[in-house]
Amino acid sequence: MLAIFFKRILLAIPVLFAVATITFFLIKIAPGGPFDADRAVSPQVLKNLNEAYNLNASNWQQYVDYMSGLLRGDLGPSFRFPGRSVSEMIATGLPVTFELAFYAILIALVMGVFSGVLAALKRNTFLDFIPMSIAMIGICVPTFLMGPLLVLIFGINLEVLPVSGWGQLPGDKILPSLTLGFAYAAYIARLSRGGMLEVLNQDFIRTARAKGLTERMVVVKHAMQGGLIPVVSFLGPAIAGLLAGSFVVETIFQIPGLGRFYVEAAFNRDYTMILGTTIFFSAMIVFFNLMSDLASLWLNPRSRDAS
Amino acid sequence: MNSNSLWSDAFYRLRRNKAAMFGGFILILLIVVAILAPWIAPYSYSYQDLNLGASPPSSEHFLGTDVLGRDLLSRILYGARISLLVGFVATAVALIIGVSWGIVAGYAGGRVDSIMMRIVDVLYGLPFIIFIILLMVIFGRNLWLLFGAIGAVEWLTMARIVRGQVIGLKNQEFVLAAKAMGVSNFSMFRRHLLPNILGPIAVYATLTIPQVMLLEGFLSFLGLGIQPPMSSWGTLIKDGVESMEEYSWLLIYPGITFTITLFALNFFGDGLRDALDPKTSDN
Amino acid sequence: MLKKLSITLIFFILIAGCSGSDNSPVDSGLEKGIFHFGNGSEPQGIDPHVVTGVPEHHILISLCEGLTIANPDGGPNLPGVAESWTISNDGKEYIFYLNKNAKWSNGEVMTADDFVWSWMRILTASLGSQYPDMLYYLEGAEEYHTGKITDFNEVGIKAIDDHTLKVNLKSPTPFFLGLLSHYSTWPVHKETVLKHGSIDDRTGEWTRPGNFVCNGPFQLKTWELNNKIVVEKNPHYWDAETVKLNEMHFYPVSNVMTEDRMFRAGQLHLTSTLPSQKCPIYIEENNPDLRIDPYMGQYFYRLNINNPYLKDVKVRKALAYSINRKLLVERVTRCGQIPAYSFTPPGSNGYYPDTELPFNPELAKQLMAEAGYSESNPFPKLEILFNTNEDHRKIALAIQQMWQENLGIQVELVNQDWKVYLSREMVGDFQVSRAGWIGDYEDPNTFLDLMRPNRGNNKTGWEDLEYDFVMQKANSTNNQEERYELLMEAERILIKNMPIIPLYTYVRAYQLSPDVKGYKPHILDHHHPKFIYLERD
Repeated sequence: MLAIFFKRILLAIPVLFAVATITFFLIKIAPGGPFDADRAVSPQVLKNLNEAYNLNASNWQQYVDYMSGLLRGDLGPSFRFPGRSVSEMIATGLPVTFELAFYAILIALVMGVFSGVLAALKRNTFLDFIPMSIAMIGICVPTFLMGPLLVLIFGINLEVLPVSGWGQLPGDKILPSLTLGFAYAAYIARLSRGGMLEVLNQDFIRTARAKGLTERMVVVKHAMQGGLIPVVSFLGPAIAGLLAGSFVVETIFQIPGLGRFYVEAAFNRDYTMILGTTIFFSAMIVFFNLMSDLASLWLNPRSRDAS
Repeated sequence: MNSNSLWSDAFYRLRRNKAAMFGGFILILLIVVAILAPWIAPYSYSYQDLNLGASPPSSEHFLGTDVLGRDLLSRILYGARISLLVGFVATAVALIIGVSWGIVAGYAGGRVDSIMMRIVDVLYGLPFIIFIILLMVIFGRNLWLLFGAIGAVEWLTMARIVRGQVIGLKNQEFVLAAKAMGVSNFSMFRRHLLPNILGPIAVYATLTIPQVMLLEGFLSFLGLGIQPPMSSWGTLIKDGVESMEEYSWLLIYPGITFTITLFALNFFGDGLRDALDPKTSDN
Repeated sequence: MLKKLSITLIFFILIAGCSGSDNSPVDSGLEKGIFHFGNGSEPQGIDPHVVTGVPEHHILISLCEGLTIANPDGGPNLPGVAESWTISNDGKEYIFYLNKNAKWSNGEVMTADDFVWSWMRILTASLGSQYPDMLYYLEGAEEYHTGKITDFNEVGIKAIDDHTLKVNLKSPTPFFLGLLSHYSTWPVHKETVLKHGSIDDRTGEWTRPGNFVCNGPFQLKTWELNNKIVVEKNPHYWDAETVKLNEMHFYPVSNVMTEDRMFRAGQLHLTSTLPSQKCPIYIEENNPDLRIDPYMGQYFYRLNINNPYLKDVKVRKALAYSINRKLLVERVTRCGQIPAYSFTPPGSNGYYPDTELPFNPELAKQLMAEAGYSESNPFPKLEILFNTNEDHRKIALAIQQMWQENLGIQVELVNQDWKVYLSREMVGDFQVSRAGWIGDYEDPNTFLDLMRPNRGNNKTGWEDLEYDFVMQKANSTNNQEERYELLMEAERILIKNMPIIPLYTYVRAYQLSPDVKGYKPHILDHHHPKFIYLERD
């Protein structure tokens, strides 16, 4: 397993290199530059600005410069925020987004796995229909509706929780974590129910039952290991998606996280910021995908034996 | 066993599943309504009655009107066309690419698997918004591009899930036995692997459809996809959320339609899954 | 495992939930003198010579001060760093007498040289400032900025002594004092800038908390990216007695719905704007916190003169005459906007243009027919380009229907991402494109100058030599009455040719807590924070 881990970490290098290269040229093709504004500046000023940020050089030269900077760990200055470096901005947004994603995943896992497993075990009873209907509604209700809805109920009408912020007012982390968590809980519930049903029919479960193991042992020791594989393979991209996709929740709740930087950079054509956040998120994706692959490997006794 | 009886068995099982048949019925009804929208919609989807503005449901407008005085019922009916089309086509695109990619990678293993999954990693990493903006600029906007764009993103997770399943299956006795009997790769995929991973695929597909419909709303807002004054459920819901405190009906009715569709889809998907499951027959 | 997780979760919710919220920031702000300010988006920075934009203005006006400041009651600017000034008879020479008490936030006394150096900085090409043209009215400024002269002594700004500053202009510029309330003309502290970089360094860290030195009523305390900026009272400010607030907290709330909810939950004293769908509701409810102030901004459509079909002035007029502006503001924008019949918003500094723009579908149809379009020869499909935004979309939809109904032409809407929209406008890849313009200073020139040939923001391809001539003439006279007469003449030429279709005049709609006093309507939306205080009735 350790060998796989290190091999995959090594393989991440070409992946990140490819992402950086493709993104670099994608943003160069995209129309509009970082300094286009409502109040257009004179060609003279634009030339000066491009000069200041090395944008007058050929694309190839810029690419080489950027990549060599990247190798030294220099992500360059932000174009949108003069006086800020991309690394600095990532460093400020990251802990916040991580914290938010952590709470959300926690909520999603607890709610999702619990109701999904329960539903699979009590198939076609109320304990199946009710949580699964709630999960369906959870999937229907997008975060951009769930967030404002929770705020209107708990923030404006009941006045028990703050409507925005992160670590500014007591309790302001609850609503964003729940909003983001709900969306994923619904998915996890559905996936774990499906996976569990798949496994519960298999021979080794029947064997285990026949051996007289308690139902609880059967479920926890045997069925969940295999039944949660779909959840685990979903978790990798989900965590990565959660980090990058926290944008909506961060905007609704005015949270200073990385998701906002990521999306706003694309709209602002803040070239270095787009590249920096993209590379960073790709690294996260590679890492969490690797983690989820390792976890499925570990959960799946057959492929574990095979490797 | 031959595949004929497999499918007819499945169909038989599906027909006995009341929830699934009900879901299927609703879906067919929705599709019919979507096709007939121009004939059954009481008003045009684009006609504005500016002096009327946003009005709650009334005998004139059963579901009320939006801020520009457009009839909501007509907009929902017309919206069904776009949303159902996007939901099914984009999900199908994602399914076809994702499932084949995942099966091949998972079954082949080794270097092929490694390269295929690293490609998935790279695609995951690219900035989506820049990608969308570029698509629009290079190809202009049209509906097929929208399907492509959504499918191109959604297949990645599908591929990962399928690959995970296949890896789990490929060392099981029946697969090893089939392999020993010299079954060709293609029929291995079709006969032995695919039927066994249909469950998670069906579940994930039913999860993808609503996501795709909402994503369409966002992309249309960005300018890719449908153009105003055309409506889709995604754009209606997006607009509805923005004025939910003032004109709640603008969120409630599209929301209800959307939810009903998803429940129907879900019942049908579950039924399909059970029907196709090779193991349910001996249960 | 599951159990542990759920216990952790419940624990986390309990801890967070128990503390509750008893006292809202607005309530506690009243006690502590803290003004919670909804500021739209994260400012690019706080270097007055580098940044652009409105959120930047709000922060800078609390941190730095120019020679004069905007008058909260409207009218001529009030003394800032300059306590008085004289203007020569030809209107070209200004002598500013600086306030001897004016100090930097580190206690150093301000001198005339500080202004000379600061203006030299913004005119230094390699700094890449986006507002050097604000000072192009100075003798030699444009030449220095474009590299035609290299000696800054030839530019029309001199320090006569430590506290006297002489400025020479190219031509009489009656709005020059007004320009001085724009942040690009404000001073920066030379030693601080140079300590963290060169004169043309955009990325120097001198603007960080702890480093930043400027001369406004407040000084920078903390700055959390995308979260908030805190400024506190500056004890060295020359008029510190007038300043009543202790702190201002600026929140970069880019989502207008979030901002509205924050205001309603008592987290903000002031919002930067209003969700457009809320405005009519708040008007109906007589919401006491709603403010709708006049604003010097115009919403209009640009027509691409280089388009073969829009080349014909009859078509352009037909398009303009078939828009019902009254219906547009009353039923679509619905927030007190005023139908616009001229390019310059009427009433800016006593200027009232006399142009007319009838809503006359009959005349419009007739003009289309005269232009040679009929049912057998229909006008080709017209595209309206706008940037992705709910309000622009609604307006475009309404106009689409008006044109389709009143002229019988096909209209398609094209919405694009902001930067794509800008670049298409820039290269002239559009037929009709939505636009807005906000005045930089309180004079019609800030609008009319835009449409002169070779102006980067003209963007319509319209070049009219007569218009240019009249504008030039207006800019060389020192007689305000004669000048306005000429500007009105230019306005008439513009509306006669219709390269742009004015739609409505903006308003500033926002919410303000009743605790805030001294925040008066201002046509440029300038509110000097020294006049603002908190008090509960």
